[in-house]
Amino acid sequence: MHVLTTTRAPSDPAPSPGAAPGEGNGVLAVQVDGLEKRYGEIQAVDGVSFGVSQGETFGFLGPNGAGKSTTISMLCTLARPTGGRAMVAGYDVVRQRADVRRRIGLVFQDTTLDDYLTATENLMFHAELYGVERAGLDRRLQQVLEMVGLWERRGGLVRTFSGGMKRRLEIARGLMHSPRVLFLDEPTVGLDPQTRSHIWSYINQLRGQEDITIFLTTHYMDEAEHCDRIAIIDGGRIVVIDTPEALKAGVGKDRVEVRTDDDVAAMRGLLNEFGLEATLSEGAVTFHVSGGEEFVPRLFAELRVPIRSVRVSRPTLDDVFMAHTGRTIRDAEASSSERNAASPWMRAARRR
Amino acid sequence: MTTTVAPDVAAVRLAGGAWQDELRAARMVWRREIIRFGRNRLRIVTSLAQPVLFLFVLGTGLSTIVRGGPATSGSNFRTFIFPGIVAMTVLFSAIFSAVSIVWDREFGFLREMLVAPIRRSSLVLGKCAGGATVATLQALIILVLSPLVGIPFSAPLLLILVGEMVLMAVALTAVGMVLAARMQQVESFQVVMQFVVLPMFFLSGAMFPLTGLPQWLTVLTRLDPLTYAVDPMRRAVFAHSSSAAHFATLSPGVSWFGWRLPVGIELGVVLLIGVAALGIAIVQFSRPD
Repeated sequence: MHVLTTTRAPSDPAPSPGAAPGEGNGVLAVQVDGLEKRYGEIQAVDGVSFGVSQGETFGFLGPNGAGKSTTISMLCTLARPTGGRAMVAGYDVVRQRADVRRRIGLVFQDTTLDDYLTATENLMFHAELYGVERAGLDRRLQQVLEMVGLWERRGGLVRTFSGGMKRRLEIARGLMHSPRVLFLDEPTVGLDPQTRSHIWSYINQLRGQEDITIFLTTHYMDEAEHCDRIAIIDGGRIVVIDTPEALKAGVGKDRVEVRTDDDVAAMRGLLNEFGLEATLSEGAVTFHVSGGEEFVPRLFAELRVPIRSVRVSRPTLDDVFMAHTGRTIRDAEASSSERNAASPWMRAARRR
Repeated sequence: MTTTVAPDVAAVRLAGGAWQDELRAARMVWRREIIRFGRNRLRIVTSLAQPVLFLFVLGTGLSTIVRGGPATSGSNFRTFIFPGIVAMTVLFSAIFSAVSIVWDREFGFLREMLVAPIRRSSLVLGKCAGGATVATLQALIILVLSPLVGIPFSAPLLLILVGEMVLMAVALTAVGMVLAARMQQVESFQVVMQFVVLPMFFLSGAMFPLTGLPQWLTVLTRLDPLTYAVDPMRRAVFAHSSSAAHFATLSPGVSWFGWRLPVGIELGVVLLIGVAALGIAIVQFSRPD
């Protein structure tokens, strides 16, 4: 029988953001080597390898259909890998499924609450199934409900909750058994911007309160900024892994968006006069150049196309994605939307 | 990142996969069924309307044309169908409870159960116990009406009937679980109703005695598991009913090739079907992805 406590001495140093795998206190929370998943003809995950340190918040960023959910479902023991191996909380996801499951918390894309039970009943159901010791149960219940601001609503039927409240309750439930690793699959998808930022403030608060590793997937660039490190995944492969800051610094160049009267001529001019490759994105001629502000006067002087407006911006994760995959995340989603019509989790659950 | 770790985070012991943990999980799955049943008053009322209609409207109406005619008191035919109506209540409720797992799948809650670190058999057993309890509770409400159809309250009779109801409820919920295991859509429930539940009800002898039927119908009635649950209840009712003598012909029992089965064998058949169905359901739900 394993005994785990979530208590950590306050003097224990927290892993620094961007800590590379292997640093810190020994065992990695998540360790993945050449993980693959094939559904018939489709290679959903094509040999990914990475490590997540304990206490780290690690994000998988990529368009829908990139293999994020498939990877997460293999790590959660819900899908069997067709190649490679993965360890979560020190246990093999194929050979030690129950050991892994006991140590992870899951928040799925789609709600998995019982609408006809109260918030408390949903959490109690979870606690009983995960064998949480009765002695500390009431205290833990209050703790997680207060963390997500639902303590006052504990007696309410879940069917009366808003979408944001349900998502918060699911996060609380995922924490009920004090998991070592919390998996959040698109934790804010389908929520309005205000609720999304609320969810994030709860997640950030949770990082401070619990000794927990958070593994999340998202296709929102702004959400990836909350992570200590992110892996950009595209077409079932990891393109790059680093801290958001390092990734943006790596792009090096500023993004310049120019609105002109003749976009084609402007793009030709940029290539001929300055040797810059430009793309047409959302009605603006877009290109990347170092020292964007200094470049603008030259642009006006030398580009023989009437310019209506210019915008210079520091690189964002969008640019990082662009720099590594050659397209924006929105373009990537448009092209891959038909590839993964249903999430593999839904298929896995329905096949049973 | 500044990390301040609260020193009072509750310490939590995790389950180690012992049988106590499995039992605890199964009991929670069972409790959820009871909580949901208690909360759904509408379901309780609607599911009682049908047996009451069958018993008092159909039962009274048909009693004018059954053997003995109107001269025999109408309550006699109602006495005859009463065990059948109790069986119907158990059948509908048990299948509905089991098939609710398809709703759980549709609305995602099934996944919460499937990812838990417990055996699938604990889930199936808990769900089955929950469905059986709910079905028995509903049939108990019908049982309260028995004095109205000429069956006096008596402790031994009630005990026998409740025991038979529990057995039937467990077996039928298990059968329902097998049906639900492969069911992907809520709409399939209609198919189960039309092609499994209603034929089971009609062929069981709930509404008519199983003697003097054409050969093909006799064969079908003997293949119906519910037949072996209705007959023991009817025998018990007639053994304790004042009008038993009139209806000896209406309760001829179930025979295989001319051999009248003892009650013990009949209940054994029900038990066997229940255990087999439970086994199949566990295998189906344990199948890995």
